[in-house]
Amino acid sequence: MSETGSLITDSLREAMGVPSEPLTHEVERGAIVRFADAIADPNPLYRDEAYARHSGYGGIIAPPTFLRTLQPGPPKVQWQSPLHNKLDGGSEWQYLEPLQAGDRITVVETLIDVKERTGRLGPMVILTRELTYTNQLNQLVATQRWTLITY
Amino acid sequence: MLYWEDVEEGMSIPPLQKQPTTQMLVMYCGASGDFYQIHYDSEFAKSRGLPGVVVQGGLKNAFLAQLVTDWIGDSGRLRKLSCQHRGMDFPGDTLYCKGVVTRVYKEEARFLVDCEVWLENGKGEKTTPGSATVELPSKSIPADTAFATSGKPGPFASPYRPGRSDQPQQRCPCSK
Repeated sequence: MSETGSLITDSLREAMGVPSEPLTHEVERGAIVRFADAIADPNPLYRDEAYARHSGYGGIIAPPTFLRTLQPGPPKVQWQSPLHNKLDGGSEWQYLEPLQAGDRITVVETLIDVKERTGRLGPMVILTRELTYTNQLNQLVATQRWTLITY
Repeated sequence: MLYWEDVEEGMSIPPLQKQPTTQMLVMYCGASGDFYQIHYDSEFAKSRGLPGVVVQGGLKNAFLAQLVTDWIGDSGRLRKLSCQHRGMDFPGDTLYCKGVVTRVYKEEARFLVDCEVWLENGKGEKTTPGSATVELPSKSIPADTAFATSGKPGPFASPYRPGRSDQPQQRCPCSK
């Protein structure tokens, strides 16, 4: 992280490392189908109950990136990039447990890194957030490190 | 079923073609809950310095996930997936998801495979490079043994979902 970057505000520095409030969502079967349709993935594990029941999963599961649809709770320390245009920089996922229809998933987000760069679109602030997804059995289902480019 | 023993370094993952349309981008907005206008409003996208409406990074991430899950099938498990959105892609383009095996190894009794995965546009440019790690069933682990120790069907050496007590535990008729 750049310590001298003029675009890295005090509020960004203060917010770094502070987990958001948790927010819990139910993984609805209809939402799984809508997501699978949107990404045009015909996998029967996402839609066919009888098929999924006889798979190793024992029931309908959600596609790996379905977790993108589940938002974290509000930040405890408000933060915002001083630049308002956004691009998705990419994600690093780790998957520990399957995500099944009916699961209740608690999402927490933490801002873990802020960098300043200049690119094709001009000055950029690159924000990395870590999201954790925990199920109703208190098992960590997945983590996502998600980079947001603001310019 | 794809077994760990069937995979070797340098092997290609069967490629996957995806054709995102503007309609698909709107469907993804609805499904993901992210209605940022650069994905459906061309004028807005241009006013933000972009050539036009761009394909969501999340959608491309989902395409790369499908590349891997189609390959490993119901018995494999996606453990890690990463991608970087280096270049923009546009609706109407055909996107080619590709991958190659970079490492085949065992770790703590898990049978793992690392892959390089990426998404290419029609000009052969890798707009979205990434990597994935998958866990595969091994022929050396009898399915019944793994089931008895893990409480879940599937020929895995390690317990796949220990303590999952709210699900009916049933034998998978297709796991042999």
